[in-house]
Amino acid sequence: MIFILLTLTIAGVWWVRQRPHLILPWVRVAQSRVGMVSLLVLSIFMLIGLLDSLHYRAALPDKNNGQAIYSSEVLSVFDVLANGLHSHTEKTYSAPLAIHLYAKESIETPEGKQLRDYPRLRFGGAHLEDESQREADIVKRIIVGALAGVIFVAMLIAVFRVSFARNKIVRAVLLSVLLLSIFIGVVANLAAGYHVLGTDKVGQDVLYLSLKSIRTGLVIGTVTTLVMLPFALFFGIAAGYLRGWVDDVIQYVYTVLSSIPSVLLIAAAVLMMQVVIEKNADWFATSAARADVRLLCLCVILGVTSWTGLCRLLRGETLKLREMEYIQAAQAFGVSSFRIITRHIVPNVMHIVLISVVMEFSALVLAEAVLSYVGVGVDPSTISFGTLINAARLEMGREPMVWWTLASAFGFMLVLVLSANLFADAVRDAFDPRLNRTESTT
Amino acid sequence: MLAYLIRRIFYAIPILLGVNLLTFALFFVVNTPDDMARMQLGVKRVTPEAIEKWKQQHGYDKPLLVNDQAPGAGRLTNTIFFEKSASMFVFDFGYSDDGRNIAREISTRMLPSLAIALPTFFIGLLLYVSFALVMTLFRATALDMAGVALCVLLMSISSLFYIIGGQFIASKLWHWVPISGYAGGIEGLRFLVLPILIGVAGGIGASSRWYRTIFLEEISKDYVRTARAKGLSELRVLFRHVLKNAMIPILTGVVVVIPLLFMGSLLTESFFGIPGLGSYTIDAINAQDFGVVRAMVFLGSVLYIVGLILTDVSYTVVDPRVRLS
Repeated sequence: MIFILLTLTIAGVWWVRQRPHLILPWVRVAQSRVGMVSLLVLSIFMLIGLLDSLHYRAALPDKNNGQAIYSSEVLSVFDVLANGLHSHTEKTYSAPLAIHLYAKESIETPEGKQLRDYPRLRFGGAHLEDESQREADIVKRIIVGALAGVIFVAMLIAVFRVSFARNKIVRAVLLSVLLLSIFIGVVANLAAGYHVLGTDKVGQDVLYLSLKSIRTGLVIGTVTTLVMLPFALFFGIAAGYLRGWVDDVIQYVYTVLSSIPSVLLIAAAVLMMQVVIEKNADWFATSAARADVRLLCLCVILGVTSWTGLCRLLRGETLKLREMEYIQAAQAFGVSSFRIITRHIVPNVMHIVLISVVMEFSALVLAEAVLSYVGVGVDPSTISFGTLINAARLEMGREPMVWWTLASAFGFMLVLVLSANLFADAVRDAFDPRLNRTESTT
Repeated sequence: MLAYLIRRIFYAIPILLGVNLLTFALFFVVNTPDDMARMQLGVKRVTPEAIEKWKQQHGYDKPLLVNDQAPGAGRLTNTIFFEKSASMFVFDFGYSDDGRNIAREISTRMLPSLAIALPTFFIGLLLYVSFALVMTLFRATALDMAGVALCVLLMSISSLFYIIGGQFIASKLWHWVPISGYAGGIEGLRFLVLPILIGVAGGIGASSRWYRTIFLEEISKDYVRTARAKGLSELRVLFRHVLKNAMIPILTGVVVVIPLLFMGSLLTESFFGIPGLGSYTIDAINAQDFGVVRAMVFLGSVLYIVGLILTDVSYTVVDPRVRLS
């Protein structure tokens, strides 16, 4: 399904490129520095999400009568790329970049004595022979990683022959590419030998968990939007254009839906979904399949409960548009309602749709965390920011405190939502017809 | 005015009926009384007799929507829908799964919810509007840019972070106030400080930015230019003219929220262990107590409609041109 989306996006980009009047607002987006930089960060997140969506099941080595048997564990391309992170699990908590566990355990010394101390990690810094080398090794890895980042950018510049001096935008983008690739280089190089963000209660690498959460956030953001769009477009335009009893019915439906506080409506619907899933536990082959279905259901529920806002906006805009002269002219020529709607009204409300879709996206990522806390979010076995935070919530009260899981979940969420917000602002500034735009035409 | 209010209240009835039907469909058609009995009795293989007995005890042994056996009006009234859902119109919510009267529970839990929500709301409103006014006053300067950047940053932080972070700093590091709990009277004040502060801080980004946009829209209008031409100082223009005229869009967003304050904030209340309606709802969701969730959904939509009517009434207060008829 995700590939259909991807091809559609590419086709859409190509289609827009053919039409200069449609490119114009995008050119405006491209002219804003904040917009381009946030788009860059967003696209890195998207790339991680996409890589994580390419699922496969590894074939087990032993063959059964020539038929390959597949392991029950679903892996994604991302898991393979981050192979070390996926399989390197420790026993329990360990601090970022640590080489010891976070809790004391009794270990047997070579002389046969019992000793309570922090045991060495199985993977974090396991390549070090002496514990005193740790700082030097970390510094070395940081420098090598940063250098790799710089070399990567230099190669990019050489390959695409971008000149630095061209304009501010190119410089800002290049600078952020540079910073990002240095950052990624450092993190990747460190991750090869250590747990960069520590490990959680059952010893999973927090960096890996956070990166996996990105996909859940993106899926919720995009699929919900996809569910919501047809409802909002169809009902909003139908109500605005046809008026009369159609309008009354649609208005009634969305007033009813929006008069229920959305959290409660979502909670009620999700509770019911849980009941249905529990009742029909035999529908799902694996628990992973059940978690996926739950994720999709959550998206559908979020979509069904959140179309009312956009629907109201579209209805208002259509009411305004249908009084325009060109639409009255079309009606006078006997053009069918369907054709008027598809040819004239839909293209003219597209900017509202686009703006509210991008604005909605970041709100949805934040909502997921809250819903998971309330207990009506994604399946507890799905890795998401909400489940991460929920699991880590009580760790702050531990003595000594375990802070890294929470910190990295919030940190990743902040970066994702912040870049989505900034990008949404850039898109809104570019598409909003109410803004005075003398500066861009001259 | 009175006629308008009465008409609006009558308009509310079909909407509430819709809400009722929707929740009824969600809770009883998807999850039939048989399933509820099976879940409550807890066992996988319960006898049909036990299910029948449970249904009779809890009043679920009637047809869902239409009772064919009952005579006359009883065809509609002698059903689960009428007894469990329609009774909500007179605020009779029935009993929760642990046998308590939901209506009484709601009325006792309302006070703690209000004790948190009202101060949060008013302090927040004052703070957001003044912050937005300051940004408008210094519009298109570095200060304004920094303010907007700060707002976007604050907007992007999860509300969970404000609560967890605030609890950690204020209660664990500095030992200012207790982490959670609630008490009545003056004693309870120290429990309230932190949730209120966090509630105010959590909304500052989105709200201030929204008010700033409203003010900026107003400030580019002709009457502002006239006021400046009269020689009024910028501060006077802002407070005397812009703030007054921006009241309508501000009220549109704000008044709807006031009745919903009764419902409290789900997150804050459950994190701080405040026995309000928000934590009641969360507990009910976690315990899958559908009666309570249904009652809260209904209460929420009643309050929302009250809020919409209040919004219209408040327009007449701030703008004499608006007449309700």
